[in-house]
Amino acid sequence: MSTQEVALSALGMSWRKLMMWLFIVTDGLLFAGFLASYGFTRTASPSWPNQQEVFHLWFISLMTFVLISSSATMATAVAASKREDWATVRRMVLLTAAGGAAFLSMQAIEWLGLIREGVTMANNPWDVPAFGNYFFTITGFHGSHVVIGVLVLLNVLARTSAGKTTSEGVEIAGLYWHFVDLVWVFIFTCFYLI
Amino acid sequence: MAVTATETEAHPPSFLRRYVFSTDHKIIGIQYWLTGGLMGILGAFLAGLIRLQLTWPTTQWNLLAKVFPVGMEGGFMKPEFYISLVTMHGTIMIFFFVSLTLVSGFGNYLIPLQLGARDMAFPFLNMLSYWIIVPAILVAAASFFVEGGAAGSGWTAYPPLSAIPEAAPGSGLGQTLWLIAVALFIASFTMGGLNYVTTILNLRARGMSLMRMPLTIWSFLIAAAIGLLAFPPLTAAAIMLLFDRHLGTSFYLPEGLFVAGQLLPNGGGSPLLWQHLFWFLGHPEVYVLILPGLGVTFDVLVPFTRRPAFGYKVTVYCLLIIAFLSMVVWGHHMFVSGMNPLIGEFFSIGTLLITIPSTVIGVNMIATLWGGKLRLTSAGMFALGTICFFGVGGLGGVFLGNAAADIQLHDTAFVVGHFHFMIGGVTLLAIFAGSYFWFPKMFGKILSETLGKIHFWLTVVPFYGIFVTMHFYGLAGAPRRYYSLSQYGFLDDVAWMPLVMSTFAFAMMAGQALFVVNVIKSLWRGQVADKNPWEATTLEWTAPSPPPHGNWGDALPVVYRGPYEYHAAMGGTDFVPQTAPQKGG
Repeated sequence: MSTQEVALSALGMSWRKLMMWLFIVTDGLLFAGFLASYGFTRTASPSWPNQQEVFHLWFISLMTFVLISSSATMATAVAASKREDWATVRRMVLLTAAGGAAFLSMQAIEWLGLIREGVTMANNPWDVPAFGNYFFTITGFHGSHVVIGVLVLLNVLARTSAGKTTSEGVEIAGLYWHFVDLVWVFIFTCFYLI
Repeated sequence: MAVTATETEAHPPSFLRRYVFSTDHKIIGIQYWLTGGLMGILGAFLAGLIRLQLTWPTTQWNLLAKVFPVGMEGGFMKPEFYISLVTMHGTIMIFFFVSLTLVSGFGNYLIPLQLGARDMAFPFLNMLSYWIIVPAILVAAASFFVEGGAAGSGWTAYPPLSAIPEAAPGSGLGQTLWLIAVALFIASFTMGGLNYVTTILNLRARGMSLMRMPLTIWSFLIAAAIGLLAFPPLTAAAIMLLFDRHLGTSFYLPEGLFVAGQLLPNGGGSPLLWQHLFWFLGHPEVYVLILPGLGVTFDVLVPFTRRPAFGYKVTVYCLLIIAFLSMVVWGHHMFVSGMNPLIGEFFSIGTLLITIPSTVIGVNMIATLWGGKLRLTSAGMFALGTICFFGVGGLGGVFLGNAAADIQLHDTAFVVGHFHFMIGGVTLLAIFAGSYFWFPKMFGKILSETLGKIHFWLTVVPFYGIFVTMHFYGLAGAPRRYYSLSQYGFLDDVAWMPLVMSTFAFAMMAGQALFVVNVIKSLWRGQVADKNPWEATTLEWTAPSPPPHGNWGDALPVVYRGPYEYHAAMGGTDFVPQTAPQKGG
């Protein structure tokens, strides 16, 4: 079936890319469900911890900066793969994966700091159970997506080194990575800023 | 990264690869169809137990006591067992019968055949989607035999009953297993849905433009799309429910809950949140099931009226409008949950708007009959029955969609009657219509018409008997999900109804046995079908019956015209297949 003998494609893209787009839509809606629930609970909650005091916002901003920069390196990698400049692809994919790993390390530091202060899934010092519920669930789910993304990138790196990648494969991995970054922008806004 | 198919010509080597772990969409479709059928029988058995309890609550059933030593101890049903029966009947019928048979079964079988493709876009993922359903079914069935029995919070799994393991006998391990089964189902549906949308958008034969697709394909595309949009929030909700059950969070648990005399430590959550998230899926879900029912009805109806489907384009637009509206009216399930009446008004208006495109579709079906030359085969009769059920069910929906009326009718038997007509009736008749219609293509044999017609009357008449009666039982105020209704004086006037409903219910079950007999008998010595036994126009009838691996031999079909070119007035060959070239073109 890989031999494309079928003529019509509604959106003019290969089915692998279409599938990734559809998956991104469904996965995005998973986070939409979490964030909508968070909004529902937060608006009904009589009090909410002050983010200025709870989080080290400069540190979170640094995390966000690292992750968004990794999107830029990923875009560079995709562009290089279109030119078939595989050396640049390897370098940029490695940088992207490193950015993802750095983000995860910082998130681990943040989690440990909060846990030391006595924040758990169920309870926290500010007596707003929903805060811990949503914080760990949402950032945990996003973190797991970043982990998967890093593994995908390492796979792309290995395949590129073996000369087995196609430009489309890099692009599809890139789609997923940009999606994970975009979700973080929403989480950053809803959870840390508002 | 995604798995792509590699083999077209290489035949699967072994029996196991060919018929069990097959990646061929036809085998997978038949597997789904059969699995769904078996689950339908199981669901009907549970419905029979529910009817026994509602009609003869004081009778001792010694045989059942042997089968369910805990739930039917001493031959009398326990309340918690009754509640778990209601829950599992709903869960099994919705997720494991109608979904599997109609959406997954016919969908997998027909999409490549009606589009002129060799297989689905991702055959391996397709196989995986079926083999994830199998453990889901096993987990759901196993939950009857764990301590405390199966889940008892309804198919809607409302907290706090579903969120606190100590709340009721079924809220323990049974509820956890229920959540696992549904999670596996969602995983399977997501794989299938991605496959459907990708295949329909990208794998059409030359000339098969979107507006030349059979309405069945349109309905599968739209159903898969709304399923993909609506399921993820429920996944999020289910994850939070599992956290509430096992990690001590309070997503759905407000402050001050007492369970078994103990004050729970939770606080800050709201059971309403679950209702919103659940119905954000739950309402589109019923359209995921009913739209393919309507699509199949059109495709089955047309060859037996020998007329083009009336208003093809309008029907497609109406399906799209229904899909959109279905995503924004979930709140009509929650009129009595204490939401702001203004929001209730929005949900009411949105719900009543759905009646407009639905009615247009119904009228298009009826108009398709106008001036046709009816050939009343079993398949055609079931398709006609679908139209009737759609009308009756829709009428009940108008009452329920109205917030003011719903405050009286909410959680009464009226609701049960309504959704059985829609999600039970329309889909059931569409499954049978499709089964009689495509059986020759699936197995190369034609089902017996005599048995089929008896089966039709034994399905439709009892169905009306059960569920029209149930509407009136609900109007009299009979609540749903109650274990026993004999102590309510206000129901004395309608106390005769449960017996009527049960009699019809058992008659209908007996009628369904005919279908099973018919399938077995026809497989064994049925009339052999040729390529196109119904003289229909769509692509699947240009492939051999049953189609070989790869469907089309060497060359893929090319499409030159729309799906329904019938000319009843022509006489002789009154139909033009989609593959016939245009004159002078």
